[in-house]
Amino acid sequence: MADLGVNIKDLYFKNPVLTASGTCGFGQEIADFVDLEKLGGVVMKGTTLKHREGNNYPRMAETPSGMLNAVGLQNKGVDNFVKNIYPTIKDVNSNFIVNVNGSTIEEYVELTERINELDKIPAIELNISCPNVKEGGMAFGVSCPSAEAVVKAVRAVYHKPLIVKLSPNVTNIAEIARAVEGQGADSVSLVNTFLGMAINAETRKPVLSTITGGLSGPAIKPIALRMVWQVAQAVKVPVIGMGGIMNATDAIEFMLAGATAVQVGTAIFIDPTIPVQIVDGINEYLERHQFSSVKEIIGAMQV
Amino acid sequence: MRKTIQELLLVENTQLNHDNFRLVLQSESELPEIFPGQFVNVEIKQATEIFLRRPFSILDVDREKKQFSLLVKILGRGSKVLTTYKAGEKISVIYPLGNGFTIPEKDDKILLIGGGSGVAPMLFLSKVCGLDPKQVHILLGARSNRDHIDISDYKQNGNFYFTTEDGSLGEKGFVTNHPVYKSELSGFDKIYTCGPNPMMKAVAADAAKSGAFCEVSLENMMACGFGVCLCCVEKTTSGHKCVCTDGPVFNIKDLTWQI
Repeated sequence: MADLGVNIKDLYFKNPVLTASGTCGFGQEIADFVDLEKLGGVVMKGTTLKHREGNNYPRMAETPSGMLNAVGLQNKGVDNFVKNIYPTIKDVNSNFIVNVNGSTIEEYVELTERINELDKIPAIELNISCPNVKEGGMAFGVSCPSAEAVVKAVRAVYHKPLIVKLSPNVTNIAEIARAVEGQGADSVSLVNTFLGMAINAETRKPVLSTITGGLSGPAIKPIALRMVWQVAQAVKVPVIGMGGIMNATDAIEFMLAGATAVQVGTAIFIDPTIPVQIVDGINEYLERHQFSSVKEIIGAMQV
Repeated sequence: MRKTIQELLLVENTQLNHDNFRLVLQSESELPEIFPGQFVNVEIKQATEIFLRRPFSILDVDREKKQFSLLVKILGRGSKVLTTYKAGEKISVIYPLGNGFTIPEKDDKILLIGGGSGVAPMLFLSKVCGLDPKQVHILLGARSNRDHIDISDYKQNGNFYFTTEDGSLGEKGFVTNHPVYKSELSGFDKIYTCGPNPMMKAVAADAAKSGAFCEVSLENMMACGFGVCLCCVEKTTSGHKCVCTDGPVFNIKDLTWQI
């Protein structure tokens, strides 16, 4: 067995495979299918300060090799998380990371402070890239000044590992990554979904209630891989890569491009056991290529 | 209710009418407990443009043979590919999903209303109710006799009535035109329905007026089927609920659309 362990700052992950936010609920929803302790970490459903109903139905459109979603951060708010969700995960031996969302900088800060009180939450993922909410969300992630402002404010109150989730819906993602690194982000995760749309030709109407939504799945993988590679060269902090990862080979490609860890998202909808299969597949690859540690393949693409 | 993901063997694929098929799937291990109204999410492997699984109603369960059957209506690319699968192929299935219907009390007089492929959970429910067949009334609606799904195994489970829009089988018109429905709706202890939304909305509106207990089985576009994507939501009196985990069966009191 190769050493699969990686670190984000001082936070240790037993392997580099995490679930992506919005694709595994708060973990327990997939516990019938997988042993959560076999995962490097679980990035939980996007959480907001207050309850959010999310967008109207229809929220999903299937597309070639992918899907669009327009969920709009439906969640019951941080009070519900603290009271009902946290007790169900706090004794599970994995890294449960809260994906933090706000409409204003003040909301991001207040929510972060609430999460900071929870001993067993080792890190937060600051989501400045949700394409499906009108206020906040992606608005913070598409310009350097706004991204810097929210990261700076959160960094001031949060001293555990801070991961910032970046939007691909920008001209230069490496620039945004450098900007948040400059404000103290310990890691960047990318990419969130690509803004897309689907039309029903028969009805001549948009499929989604919101007209546009976030594209995910294998359709985005080559673009996500390119962005991870660009960002990995632009920043010193660890990069967490995601975007259309469906199997171990996909995950390894992201690591070769420079990702320290990966997140598996949409694939879970099709097969919730895929993240664990990817852990096994990475180990098999390392042994076949005679690597003793997964760290040896990070950024090891040979040009 | 533990959910599972398994490769199941397709042992039978029978065409029931021009666009409906019955697929019988065999498990190697004991089946988990399955309730009427629950569904499965099936992976369809042979076409790259089909990315997500497809949900289908459970038509029947044979625990001794470790088999269950699905009713598959051709609605789009995914269901069309699935109906071409041959006996002997393996299919990845996540099941059992969803909540299922409230099982009636022993003395209940019940009315099951199915339209189109919505007959599938109704027939399974009629079979497992364990009621006196005289107390079970099954009203099935279709566009015409050509669209009617004849599943003769269920004939002993209750009193069958048919409506077709063109009058080619049973009463002419919608299910809400049938004499049993028009004259006796308030006499039923429980009404269950599954089928096209306009049909269910009409039934729900009538049941709401008469104060009858009524459950409907909804079908919304879903990605995962087990409650993580939050795509298949329905508006309820307590906010958005997932059809895949909070449903697909809802009591009409909890919905907003029939009012």
